[in-house]
Amino acid sequence: MQHQWEEFNLKHLVKGLVAATALASVLTASVVTAEEPKRGGTLVTVLGANPRSLNPAVQSGIVTGYPGAQLFAAPLRYDEDWTPQPYLAKSWDVSEDGLKVTLNLVHNATFHDGHPITSSDVAFSVKVIQENHPFKSMFAPVTSVDTPDEHTAIINLSKPHPALMLAMSGQLMAIIPEHIYGDTDNVKAHPRNNKDVVGSGPFKLVEFVSGEHVILERYDDFFIEGRPYLDKIVMRVIADPAARAIALENGEVQMSGFEALPRIVNRLKKVETLTVTSEGYGAIGPLDWLAMNTGSDGPTGNVKVRHAIAYAIDKNFILKALMQGTAVEAKTGIHPDSPFYEADVENYALDLDKSNALLDEAGYPKNGDGVRFDLTIDFGWPGVKPQVEYVKAALKKVGINVTVRASADFPTWAKRMGAMDFDLSWDTVFNWGDPVIGVHRTYLSSNIGKGVWSNTQGYANARVDEILGMAGTETDPEKRKALYSEFQKIITQELPVYWTNALPYHTVYSDKIGNPPLGVWGTSSPIDMVYLKD
Amino acid sequence: MSFLKSFLIRAIYAIILLIAVLVLNFSLMHMAPGDVADTISQSMGGADAELLAQIRSDYGLDQPFLVQLGNYIGKVLQFDLGYSFFYNQSVTSLILQKLPATLLLVVTAQILALLIGVILGVYSARHPNGISSHFVTFLALFGYSAPVFWTGILLLIGFSLNVHWFPVAGMRDVTVEGGFWPHFVDIVRHMVLPVITLGSIFLALYSRLSRATMMEVLGSDYVRTAKAKGLSEREVVYKHALKNSLSPVITLAGLQFSAVISGAVLVESVFSWPGLGTLAFQSIIARDTPTILGILFFSALVVIVGNLLTDLALRFVDPRVGGKG
Repeated sequence: MQHQWEEFNLKHLVKGLVAATALASVLTASVVTAEEPKRGGTLVTVLGANPRSLNPAVQSGIVTGYPGAQLFAAPLRYDEDWTPQPYLAKSWDVSEDGLKVTLNLVHNATFHDGHPITSSDVAFSVKVIQENHPFKSMFAPVTSVDTPDEHTAIINLSKPHPALMLAMSGQLMAIIPEHIYGDTDNVKAHPRNNKDVVGSGPFKLVEFVSGEHVILERYDDFFIEGRPYLDKIVMRVIADPAARAIALENGEVQMSGFEALPRIVNRLKKVETLTVTSEGYGAIGPLDWLAMNTGSDGPTGNVKVRHAIAYAIDKNFILKALMQGTAVEAKTGIHPDSPFYEADVENYALDLDKSNALLDEAGYPKNGDGVRFDLTIDFGWPGVKPQVEYVKAALKKVGINVTVRASADFPTWAKRMGAMDFDLSWDTVFNWGDPVIGVHRTYLSSNIGKGVWSNTQGYANARVDEILGMAGTETDPEKRKALYSEFQKIITQELPVYWTNALPYHTVYSDKIGNPPLGVWGTSSPIDMVYLKD
Repeated sequence: MSFLKSFLIRAIYAIILLIAVLVLNFSLMHMAPGDVADTISQSMGGADAELLAQIRSDYGLDQPFLVQLGNYIGKVLQFDLGYSFFYNQSVTSLILQKLPATLLLVVTAQILALLIGVILGVYSARHPNGISSHFVTFLALFGYSAPVFWTGILLLIGFSLNVHWFPVAGMRDVTVEGGFWPHFVDIVRHMVLPVITLGSIFLALYSRLSRATMMEVLGSDYVRTAKAKGLSEREVVYKHALKNSLSPVITLAGLQFSAVISGAVLVESVFSWPGLGTLAFQSIIARDTPTILGILFFSALVVIVGNLLTDLALRFVDPRVGGKG
């Protein structure tokens, strides 16, 4: 009884304290009001690899995206809720038939050399991106860009193209100056992609020393009044994740994006001065999966075998033991944070009996040694070796003898995948904004065997081709969602790949950082709102 | 054989060797499956077949092997190491840009290791069975056998994380303002941990070798004679014995120096030191053939020049080397 009383008393005490704290915080809040962003200061942040180019119009990828989105502005930006916001375009309009997208540019925008940013720069940028950017699907339906006046750009489309909205944001549509890059047909090799960059974004380039750092400085005539808040950004190139973690811990570096090693993410979560969040990766949409050669004449060509493989793999083991609780489950080819994600799909929870039964049904009985057949599994980078070893061990339980084929490096693996010379492989693929850009490529039969990260599984389903074709041009969001829902139900039935988890990307930032970049594009969007607290 | 003539013959050998290095490396790189177009597409998050083909034709990777090889050798003979696919700049400028950082690191580590190693070696040779001698042996073996990336990370955790004495990565803090001295101090602070890490391997070699040769020399007849003449211990050790025991150490130092890049690759990677080692590591990962070949060519050049210089240094220390007879 006494014990109960004590507990009761303690609860009271705690409640009282909570109430008092709440009251206190209300009081202080009314005095301070929501924290006012502060101008000035230098943010030290990191890049996990050396960017090949600082010009996102010709070079994709996350290490170009971070400095690229600071140097160059896009027409739109996105908030945390997938809602487009005005940026270089103060407003926009999509015509009734979906074939004309009109951008009304802000009037006071200038490039870093003082030249005004006009609609002809927009038209030029679209052309350069169409010619050089690897994501051809972004602007494939764009037939021309009209420029009725300096501040109006009309994008003409051959068919409705809802993916254009996300493709006009983040790092995907950098507006680059025609008067600088217009002097050559090969913008990819332009020397000013890496030095003396003249950008349109909130920060201008001071110095880029390859392999060392990118230094950016506030552009005082940026078109949004009062922004950016920071005076300077130093992006250090630190390739070693352990060294990056130590630099974050001791305060040498104040912010880092795309940290994905579970061990390091969990360690940094324990550091008091740091916040670790997985927010801000919805648009990048990175997924881990087990690819299965669906077009193969071997066992993986049989859908029952693919089901059996899925039933033999314990996703919980991958999430809890390998990812150490840092990653969320992925059930389909669309990232769980996407508005198009369909959670109500076949889930293949661990069931060895079912797996064995399916393999028997498929005509692969166990031989005298308990082995049904042999498969190989590939992987392209050392980080995913644990997953590959786990798959080997898990499939052994149902009589599939898996041999791990290591690749010396990424190109070796990419060659095998591109040539569809594999049974199973671990793979990581990004959604890159709209499903049209990063999702369709894996499942369209017209994209079979076109190099790494195409439809390397050799998956072909006429209905999927049809749905994706319709979803790519459907302008009504609800109807589009329904189409993608059907698509996800089909692919989870046929399993050209078995999705396991979203890659555990995390943004780590110190408690000195205000307004960390947590929109759907994370650090691949402008950080003009980030500021340093006192 | 006159000095000049032997030098000329060696120089001719060196050129043949360099070309052989180029051909061999180029062939090896070519034999590996996949190429830089794949890593470029990796860095971009994927590319279609058309773009891959375009990248390959941009860089001449679609031409027959012998044509590519011929083009490359031809260019190198004109002192043009080509253009880096991955860094978008000329390989020569890339190497020259990264060289100073590596030299700074390696030369400092070498000199310190050589000095301290010889002192420790001589000390332990004079007291071969003392506790401190055993300690030196232990330290040397530990430094030699511990993998550098492990030593490096351990030092980082100890001195950058637990006590904030030294910075974690890089060669300088770009936010440091002011003139020469603040920058000098900044670079020195960045150097301490990588120099200790890299130096620990060299230190082990030098201290063990100088200990062994010193003990051998101390037991020889002429040292006994010198002692019998009544010279002081100090004079015997430093005037008579040390000079003779040094020549193997110098040979080793020369050979080690040639390993500028191989030794620095891991240490530079751990500390994100912006030198040739990091460059080599990254360009291998990226399959950036011109850069890798450029670095290998440069390393071969350093090895050859290093051997020549070692030879010269030995002539200076030991007049018997290169003499007649």
